[in-house]
Amino acid sequence: MDIDVSVRESRFLPSADLQNLLDVLTEAGYECIGPRVRDGAIVYEPVTRAAELPYGITDSQGPGEYRLRADAGGRCFAWANGPQALKPLLFAPQESLWMVSRDAQGRLAFIPAQTLARPIAVLGVRACDLAALRLQDAHFRDGPRPDPAYGARRDALFLIAVHCTHPAATCFCVSTGDGPHADSGYDLALSEIDEGFLVEAGSVAGGVILRRLPTVEATTRQRETAAGEIEAGARAQQRALPGTDLRDTLFERLEHPRWEEVAQRCLSCTNCTSVCPTCFCYSEHDAPRLDGGESAHYRQWDSCFTIGHSYIHGGAVRGGTRERYRQWLTHKLGGWHDQYGRSGCVGCGRCITWCPVGIDITEETRAICAD
Amino acid sequence: MDAKPLPKSDDGPVTGRPTVAVHKFTSCDGCQLAFLNLGDDLLTLAGLVDIRHFAEAGMVDPEAQVDIAFVEGSITTPDEYERIRRIRASSRFLVALGACATAGGLQALRNLNGLTQEWMAGIYATPAYIRTLETSTAISTHVKVDLELWGCPVNGRQVLGAVRALLFGVLPEREHDKVCLECKRERAVCVMVARGIPCMGPVTLSGCGALCPRFGRDCYACYGPAENANTAALGRRLAGLGLPPEAAAHRFHFINNGAPAFLEAGRRAAEGGFDDG
Ligand code: SF4
Ligand code: SF4
Ligand code: SF4
Ligand code: SF4
Repeated sequence: MDIDVSVRESRFLPSADLQNLLDVLTEAGYECIGPRVRDGAIVYEPVTRAAELPYGITDSQGPGEYRLRADAGGRCFAWANGPQALKPLLFAPQESLWMVSRDAQGRLAFIPAQTLARPIAVLGVRACDLAALRLQDAHFRDGPRPDPAYGARRDALFLIAVHCTHPAATCFCVSTGDGPHADSGYDLALSEIDEGFLVEAGSVAGGVILRRLPTVEATTRQRETAAGEIEAGARAQQRALPGTDLRDTLFERLEHPRWEEVAQRCLSCTNCTSVCPTCFCYSEHDAPRLDGGESAHYRQWDSCFTIGHSYIHGGAVRGGTRERYRQWLTHKLGGWHDQYGRSGCVGCGRCITWCPVGIDITEETRAICAD
Repeated sequence: MDAKPLPKSDDGPVTGRPTVAVHKFTSCDGCQLAFLNLGDDLLTLAGLVDIRHFAEAGMVDPEAQVDIAFVEGSITTPDEYERIRRIRASSRFLVALGACATAGGLQALRNLNGLTQEWMAGIYATPAYIRTLETSTAISTHVKVDLELWGCPVNGRQVLGAVRALLFGVLPEREHDKVCLECKRERAVCVMVARGIPCMGPVTLSGCGALCPRFGRDCYACYGPAENANTAALGRRLAGLGLPPEAAAHRFHFINNGAPAFLEAGRRAAEGGFDDG
């Protein structure tokens, strides 16, 4: 699937021809999902016309705060990630796993849910989310018991990355090594410059789509401009984690006073884990039909900040916020190394922005791991 | 997740076609509408249980002995004080339905200031005819409650889930998440982060499906306090968003002011007292 960077085509697509990309994808059978403005945020929803994309919009983000505003540049991707992107498309917030029905003799029949995964092309995927996708793949798809619903949706996915040039104040993908340049894991990648887009193919399927677009050879100047903007974006990042492997330090400091201090501020509200593109926890429930003849067994997003998450026979292991916050951070930045060979944080900064009280994972981690 | 008794009385589990009553106390009738709005499910329900008393639906037998009694409303009059005790004695499993029954409702605001008599004089033409208690209190203040369904109003999904579980002879699964988790599952954009609107979702029990945030407005805590609700941290955030102490107090005291966590938080908010952490 991966093609070496050095042999990748880099073509130029004029701004006015972005619609062609949507049209070619639609003709190829994909439903296009892309960034759109809804309720004051950039969200990923179906798009059919390029004009629906967030042209002339940029964002400002800080702990517990997100705002959109007009951007004089008039570009399409002059913003950093909003609250959600790929995760809900693959790891559904709520979905049925199986049904059980009872016939007239009282016999039970168990019927697995069928996932009808439509081919979806997602436009505007950022480097941090591609890194997160690799982790979600490792968890749901590549383990000993692959998740069929996730796998079906994953197989039907076509990914159009956009290299980031406008990191938010909350982004820290440079320090985790995951961005802002999308290195791999995409079918196509775009670099936006004033007059249009540089387009690279990252897969055979991406190459097929690229050849159908009205592109010309990109000039050296265009390539240098694009690379310069990505580098400037990387240099503009204001936050960082104090290291990429904090496992031992965190597990040595389970009694650090900061856990209690952050628990005084934390709402235990689950916003951080819900927006985190790598968090994968869910709970399972049953929804019996009123007459009792049939029942759906479904799962929905859970979080280590709920009491149900650590509930085992008769009580919750993590009753208080101190224990829940510690679970979140030590698993994300510690336990993941054992499970998936790297930290579970890709530096997207969402948990900082979308925390209603602005708790900052980089700040908490520094406080706990200092000296 | 505190332990609750199983849905049976001392004389064994609910079997056969259970008898049901829906009782009303001081309330707006909105929670009973959760039954009446069930549509086809109400017909199914009528086939599964024997509804003995449900005045709003036309069945009247308030003294009926039943397996399951749903109780809407709070206790605000001497007559209600007596009636809830009779109902408890004639019911095997008692479900308190909605904010009035679980926390005393909006009308429990009168518990906070001792102005019941003044308010009556201000509102009613002939207050002398009114026989009322000084307080509005939850059903559990008076009798043993086997299950509480929170919400103002409760919705059909909760009610049906409870009935179905009781018919199976098990306790209904209890909500324990916060509205924020439902809000994110629904992919609503957070009104507090994206628009600076004070929202009660982070301290409020789930069950509504984040109805308000899905329509772009803030949660007003109608499902009552969630477990492990950090009202102090939210109180500080509300103040940070510019909400004056009095307004923040109203947020906590609006619908579920009788719930201890919100009662206390509202008092602290009114005193501007969240700063000490
Ligand atoms: S922990 Fe926070 S910054 Fe890291 S990947 Fe998750 S949401 Fe993004
Ligand atoms: S974390 Fe990096 S890749 Fe993600 S949106 Fe910010 S700059 Fe882009
Ligand atoms: S860190 Fe923030 S978003 Fe996460 S549970 Fe605590 S208050 Fe909520
Ligand atoms: S809108 Fe309210 S309920 Fe939804 S995530 Fe934000 S604070 Fe929570």
